[in-house]
Amino acid sequence: MTEITITIMRLGLLVALWAFVIAVVGVLRGDLYGTQVTPRRPAPPRAATPRPAARGSNPAAVPAEQRPVPRPAARRFTTRSPDRDPSHLRVTSGPLAGTSLPLREAGILIGRSPESALVLDDDFASGRHARIYKGPEGWVVEDLGSTNGTFIGPMRLSTPTPVTAGTEIRFGTTVVELRR
Amino acid sequence: MTTVSAIPARKGRNVELALLVFAVGIVALAYANVGLAVEGTIPPSLIAVGTGFLVITVTFHLVMRWRAPYADPLILPIATLLNGLGLVMINRLDLANGRDLAEGMALRQLMWSAIAAGLAIAALIILRDHRILRRYTYLAGALGFGLLLLPLVPGLGRENYGSRIWIAIGPFSFQPGEVAKIVLAVFFAGYLVQTRDALSVAGRRILGFTLPRARDLGPILVAWMLSVGVLVLEKDLGSSLLFFGLFVAMLYVATERTSWVAIGLLLFGVGAWIANMIFSHVQRRVLLWLDTFSREALDTSDQLARGLMGMASGGMFGTGLGRGRPELTYFAESDFIVPSFGEEIGLVGLFALLLLYVLLVERGLRTAIGARDGFGKLLASGLAFSVALQCFVVVGGVTRVIPLTGLTMPFLSQGGSSLLANWTLVALLLRISDHARRPVPDPEVPHPVSHEKTQVVKVR
Repeated sequence: MTEITITIMRLGLLVALWAFVIAVVGVLRGDLYGTQVTPRRPAPPRAATPRPAARGSNPAAVPAEQRPVPRPAARRFTTRSPDRDPSHLRVTSGPLAGTSLPLREAGILIGRSPESALVLDDDFASGRHARIYKGPEGWVVEDLGSTNGTFIGPMRLSTPTPVTAGTEIRFGTTVVELRR
Repeated sequence: MTTVSAIPARKGRNVELALLVFAVGIVALAYANVGLAVEGTIPPSLIAVGTGFLVITVTFHLVMRWRAPYADPLILPIATLLNGLGLVMINRLDLANGRDLAEGMALRQLMWSAIAAGLAIAALIILRDHRILRRYTYLAGALGFGLLLLPLVPGLGRENYGSRIWIAIGPFSFQPGEVAKIVLAVFFAGYLVQTRDALSVAGRRILGFTLPRARDLGPILVAWMLSVGVLVLEKDLGSSLLFFGLFVAMLYVATERTSWVAIGLLLFGVGAWIANMIFSHVQRRVLLWLDTFSREALDTSDQLARGLMGMASGGMFGTGLGRGRPELTYFAESDFIVPSFGEEIGLVGLFALLLLYVLLVERGLRTAIGARDGFGKLLASGLAFSVALQCFVVVGGVTRVIPLTGLTMPFLSQGGSSLLANWTLVALLLRISDHARRPVPDPEVPHPVSHEKTQVVKVR
C-alpha cells in the first residue's frame, strides 16, 4: 500500500515538475509584448531599412492592411462610436495606397517620423506632418507646420479644419480619407 | 515600409499567483514524499513548515502587486519552486544523517530563505527605480572589488577545503563573493554605459575579427589580472571564472563586438594554462576532472566519483525522494546538491530543474531586451548571465565538463549568503522588468499641464 503510494508520489512529482515547466512556457507564449513591426505589401527599396523598434513604440494599434480579424481595440472603438462617425483612415493614393488604420479620439499623428501612427514614406512629407483628432464637433485635421503643407482640395490648411467621411486630405503625394 | 505598433504587456499578477500556488503545491508534495519514504508517515511538520513557506511567498506576491505591478510574472514562481525544492532536499539529507527538524540544516535554510525574501521585499520597496543605482557606479565598483578580496584579509578570511573564499566574524561565516557578483554587475553596467562608445571603436581587422584598438584593452586586462589574482590568492576557480565571465559577457552586450569574447576566452585560457603549470591546487583539480576514477585521483578525493555514481544509480526516473543514498557524497546539500537531485528524481527530474534555470535566465534576458535605458539593459543581462554562468560552472563541475569549483547552485544549495545574494538579484530583475513592461505614456495625448495657461508669478 505505502509502496504504491510512494511510487505514485514520486512519479507524480516528476509529472508536476514538468507540468510547471510547461505552464511557464505557456505563459511565455501568451506574454509577448514590446513593439511589433509589420511589413507592408508593396515594399519599395527603402523599406528594407529597419526602424528603431524600441523608440518607435506607438500605443496606437496599427494593423497591417486588410488584417482578417480586426484587433480588439479597434473593434471596441467601432462599437462605441455612433453609426455615422468615421472610424478609419484610408490611404487612397500614394506609396501606401490601400493602407487603413483606426482613428483614435486622442488623435493620430501622420508623418515620416517612426513615432507616427501612419509612417509616410514620402519625400514631400515632413517628420511630423499633420494630426487628425476628434474635436468637439467631429474629426479635425491640423497641419503641424509641415514644409509642403496639407491640402483639402486646392486649399492649403492653415488652421485646424473639420473633415467628414470621404473628404480627401493630401500630404505630399499621399491622399487619405476618413472612412466609416 | 513598415508600421510600428506596440503590444502592451499584460500585468500577469493573477498568473503569478496561480503559478506560486502551483509551486508551493509541488514543494509540499515533495516534502510529503520524503516523509513517507523515509519515516513512513506524512511529516507532522508539513502544515507548519508549509504554512510558513506559503506566508513568505504570498507576502512577496502582495508586495509585488503593490510596488511592482508590471513586473515579470514568471521570475518569482520559478525562484520560489527552486528554493522550496532545495529546502526539501536539505531536509531529506538531515533525515538521512539522523538530524531532526529542530537541529537540522533545513530549518536554518528556511530561516535564511525568509530573511532573504524579506531583504528582496525591502529592496523592492526602497528601490523605486533601478536607475538610481547608476549614481553609485564607482562606489559599487570599490565595494565589489573589496568584497572579492575581503577573504584575503588576515584574521577575517578563513580557508575551507583549500579555498579562501569565506570570512568569519564570530560565529557567522559568509561568502562575500556571492554578494560581490551583484555589486560588480551594477558597477560594470554603469561603467560600460559610459565607455561603450570608446570600447566599440574598431581597430585593425585580423582573421575576420575586427579587433579593438590596443589602447582600449586596459579595462579587460585589469579585470583579467584581478580574476587571476582571485584564482591564485584565494585558490578558487569558480569565483574567478564567474567574475571574469560576467565582465566579458557585459562587455560583449555593451559593444556588440565578438572580438571581445574571443580576447576574453584567449586571456582566460592563457591564465588557466599558466595556473595549471605553476600551482599544485589547480593541478589537483585538473587531475580530478580528467582522471576521476584513477587510483591517484581517488586517493585525493572521491567526492566527484561518488556524485557521479549517485547520478548513475538514479538513472532515468530516479530512485524517488528519500529512497537513494545521496548523503554518501560530501557536501551533498551544497556543492553537490545537483547530483543529490539527479540520484533521487533522475535525469527526467533534473532536466526539469535545469529548464527552470533556463527559463529564469530567459526572463532576465527578455527583461534586458525590454528595458528602455542602457543601464537597465546591461544590468539585467549581466544579472541573468551571472545566474547562467554559475549554473554552468556548478553543473559542469559535477558532471565533469569542466574542473570542479566551489560555487553554489543558485536557490538550491544550502547556504545563507547564496540565498541572500540570489533573492536580491531576483528583486533587482523584478524592479527592472517592472520598468520595462510598464506601458509608455501616450505622447500624443496632451499632458494636462500643457493646457494650463502660463502663470505670471511676481518674484519681487
